[in-house]
Amino acid sequence: MSKVQVPSKSQVPSKIQVPSKIQVSMQINGRAVDALVEPRLLLIHFLREQQNLTGPHIGCDTSHCGACTVDFNGKSVKSCTLFAVQANGADILTIEGMAAADGTLHALQEAFREMHGLQCGFCTPGMITRAYRLLKENPDPTEEEIRFGISGNLCRCTGYQNIIKAIRYAAATLAGKTYQEAAE
Amino acid sequence: MNEITPTAVERAERLQGMGCKRKRVEDVRFVQGKGNYVDDLKLSGMLYGDFVRSPHAHARIRNIDASKAKALPGVIAVLTAADLKPLGLHYMPTLAGDVQAVLAEEKVLFQNQEVAFVIADDRYVAADAAELVEVEYEDLPVLVDPLKAMAPDAPLLREDIKDKTEGAHGKRKHHNHIFTWEIGDKEATDAAVAKGEVTIKELISYQRVHPCPLETCQCVASFDKIRGELTVWGTFQAPHVIRTVASLISKIPEHKIHVISPDIGGGFGNKVGAYPGYICAVVASIVTGRPVKWVEDRIENLSATAFARDYHMTTEIAATRDGRVTGLRVHVVADHGAFDACADPTKWPAGFFNIVTGSYDFPVAHVSVDGVYSNKAPGGVAYRCSFRVTEAAYCIERAMDILAQKLGIDPAELRMKNLIRREQFPYTSALGWEYDSGDYHLALRKAMDSVGYDELRAEQLERQEAFRRGETRELMGIGVAFFTEIVGAGPSRNCDILGIAMFDSAEIRIHPTGTVIARLGTKSQGQGHETTYAQILATELGLPADDITVEEGNTDTAPYGLGTYGSRSTPVSGAATAMAARKIKAKAQMIAAHLLEVHDDDLEWDIDRFRVKGNPERFKTMKELAWAAYNRVPPGMEPGLEAVNYYDPPNMTYPFGAYICVVDVDVDTGVVKVRRFYALDDCGTRINPMIIEGQIHGGLTEAFGIAMGQEIRYDETGNLTGPSFMDYFVPTAVETPKWETDWTTTPSPHHPIGAKGVGESPNVGGVPCFANAVNDAFKFLGSTHISMPHDNWRTWMAADKLGLHG
Repeated sequence: MSKVQVPSKSQVPSKIQVPSKIQVSMQINGRAVDALVEPRLLLIHFLREQQNLTGPHIGCDTSHCGACTVDFNGKSVKSCTLFAVQANGADILTIEGMAAADGTLHALQEAFREMHGLQCGFCTPGMITRAYRLLKENPDPTEEEIRFGISGNLCRCTGYQNIIKAIRYAAATLAGKTYQEAAE
Repeated sequence: MNEITPTAVERAERLQGMGCKRKRVEDVRFVQGKGNYVDDLKLSGMLYGDFVRSPHAHARIRNIDASKAKALPGVIAVLTAADLKPLGLHYMPTLAGDVQAVLAEEKVLFQNQEVAFVIADDRYVAADAAELVEVEYEDLPVLVDPLKAMAPDAPLLREDIKDKTEGAHGKRKHHNHIFTWEIGDKEATDAAVAKGEVTIKELISYQRVHPCPLETCQCVASFDKIRGELTVWGTFQAPHVIRTVASLISKIPEHKIHVISPDIGGGFGNKVGAYPGYICAVVASIVTGRPVKWVEDRIENLSATAFARDYHMTTEIAATRDGRVTGLRVHVVADHGAFDACADPTKWPAGFFNIVTGSYDFPVAHVSVDGVYSNKAPGGVAYRCSFRVTEAAYCIERAMDILAQKLGIDPAELRMKNLIRREQFPYTSALGWEYDSGDYHLALRKAMDSVGYDELRAEQLERQEAFRRGETRELMGIGVAFFTEIVGAGPSRNCDILGIAMFDSAEIRIHPTGTVIARLGTKSQGQGHETTYAQILATELGLPADDITVEEGNTDTAPYGLGTYGSRSTPVSGAATAMAARKIKAKAQMIAAHLLEVHDDDLEWDIDRFRVKGNPERFKTMKELAWAAYNRVPPGMEPGLEAVNYYDPPNMTYPFGAYICVVDVDVDTGVVKVRRFYALDDCGTRINPMIIEGQIHGGLTEAFGIAMGQEIRYDETGNLTGPSFMDYFVPTAVETPKWETDWTTTPSPHHPIGAKGVGESPNVGGVPCFANAVNDAFKFLGSTHISMPHDNWRTWMAADKLGLHG
């Protein structure tokens, strides 16, 4: 949305300069990408519109919802908070790069389906991408640690309970164990 | 047979039919980021639209100067009301019989109202240009308090209809009055309230909130000038209705409009109506000859499209001294905002608010609702509830607790005393509904036993004593709510939208190899229709669910339907699915009889086949019959195996439930901790228990958000005080409590498979349950009613008012 404040006439430049584009290079899902981008282009728009990676979504304008979460140099990052130019040299993983090359789903992807950890699917790519990093940092998280760990990702459908189960299920799978439902 | 014959149980399991926890077929694409949402759509030459919005709540527009915006490179056009007026499109009809400004003409009536629409070849340029549009405003007096809307000196808001004395629902008695809707026996109710041995009266307000799906409202409109055809992809919960409305507004013939709802990222009622963004995108595409995308951002979503609630309910109950209710009287002031854009069935301007007698046997009741205009966004949608049902449930459940307090009896006991008894079903309520089925006492008893209700009350008593002794600063509250929903609108005799009866539909085609495509008039927004409708069909047709494709959302291919909201998919389209399947089965039976050379009546259905009675070795499976339908039908029979059903339900369905919540309230910080939440739901026949449980978790979380913190709040100048995720409370995993779910099963007697619908029950029952729990914590100190939302500040204030801070 546009800002509603009307600029005074003196503030309005006679002609807005279209900024020049900047060359960026990065790894996205293991693929080298070179592109020319406007300096103000947000990373999420770069991924979705220039790279056709429409898995990460946009759910807010204040960096609260986490639907745009990607893995960025080994950290979970909301891709609406970065400009594409800041990703120069970065190694990025999106939901599209989560499955193995032969199409085998990642344990988290399987787990979300198995435990009914999604409904409308809109938060799911960001949620799974966040959970991916969470499990790298803490391979056997408690329920409380998961709740805290995904608190930057909003879901309006599931009430989180089955998302938490899904992450625990995936943690068990990745550790070569059988998932056991935590005692209520 | 040369293979091991599977047992009946194995054959049934293989179908993945009704009652099993089938994994969702949708998930395969969603977990890989391969969903197909509106904003994912990219068309060649596509343009982007963005709105210039009003900073004022009420102001006259003196001038709009778009010259600087138009001069910006990349800007294609700027639309204002002056451009739409010659096309007759500066106002659009609403579903409630009012009109709504598409772009403000002479004045703006709420903050963030749409004033101009900028079209550019890039979304960033469109946003830049919107800032360059200069609008001169002259402030007008602002009306935000609905209780003052009909004061003699209240400012005139709607100049466009100021001379209109007759509204869509009768006489208008004030320039800010929309309608008055009354139901029930006034005289008898007035008498009952006057004679009541015990009476209570309370103004119970349900604050303005927003459905707030994670994906906002958006569309892409593409007009093909050569063919004269319009295609609109959008976040539409009711695509067919959108097509009809688009045709009526644009005069483009309906067969030349193609409306497509792709995957939708949650709806909750937000995506039922038509918004100015859709109209502007369509006009922009017609004007430019290029596809135009409009995507709402979160602030626009929360501040301009479809709020919910804003109901202010003065509630009176009369009862005997021993706690039997004798009458209910409710007067509502309903704030509809600047335009009446509620999405209710035509004859129901206050929705089904007359379910307000709830689950109790009230001999008499009377309801009157005054709808009023204010300088706030239009809407009043059914946010995860059937039309105005969550308002009604909050009203009666809060009031029953207040009555219990006055009578000095336990709230659960009061409910037990007044619940409609099993043998009274079908039960006609004092306000005219015929409840289909229920065993309310069983449900409440089961809930109380499951949580150990008596022990909880004993603990509460001990804690209250400890509090009085100064040993603790925490109060314990126990909330009880027993709700009855009314869903599945609805019978065409009393429910229509724009004159279209609220039936729904299913069209099923069996291919020669026994696989199936089913198309429906509804539209999933996360409910998992592709999974559950296939389960209904698997059981009905005896073909595996995995062999059944369910398709929705394309108006070219799906049969006409009214869409998904008000928990109507299962009650209406679910019924249509079963009925269409039964037509197919009847034909298959004739083919089977022909092939087996017996009379139709000599066959019986057995899971996935017709077999000869008394000779189970002679049978034809449905898969075999599908093949035969294309080459060996009986003489005179049409080949093929398909059917369509338009289902006009004979009645609504009435899901119900008993919820109990335990909270601990810190009186010094106002922090409310949910210790426990138990939800027992009865939605009739259960199609997929996994999906039901998931919907209940989600609905309870929304209810938690509403009860504990959400409010679309305006200050006295009509300025929104926090329409973004910075301020608007959407629970994260940290705040969200842990849910316990349970059920009883009372099938609907009039539904083909006995299902009642469930997706909205937890919102309807959850909100009053939380509110009752917080109120229950304070009531032993003399407090009767604390208003929602129960955030820390308000809870602290409530404690302060009771003198708990020394």
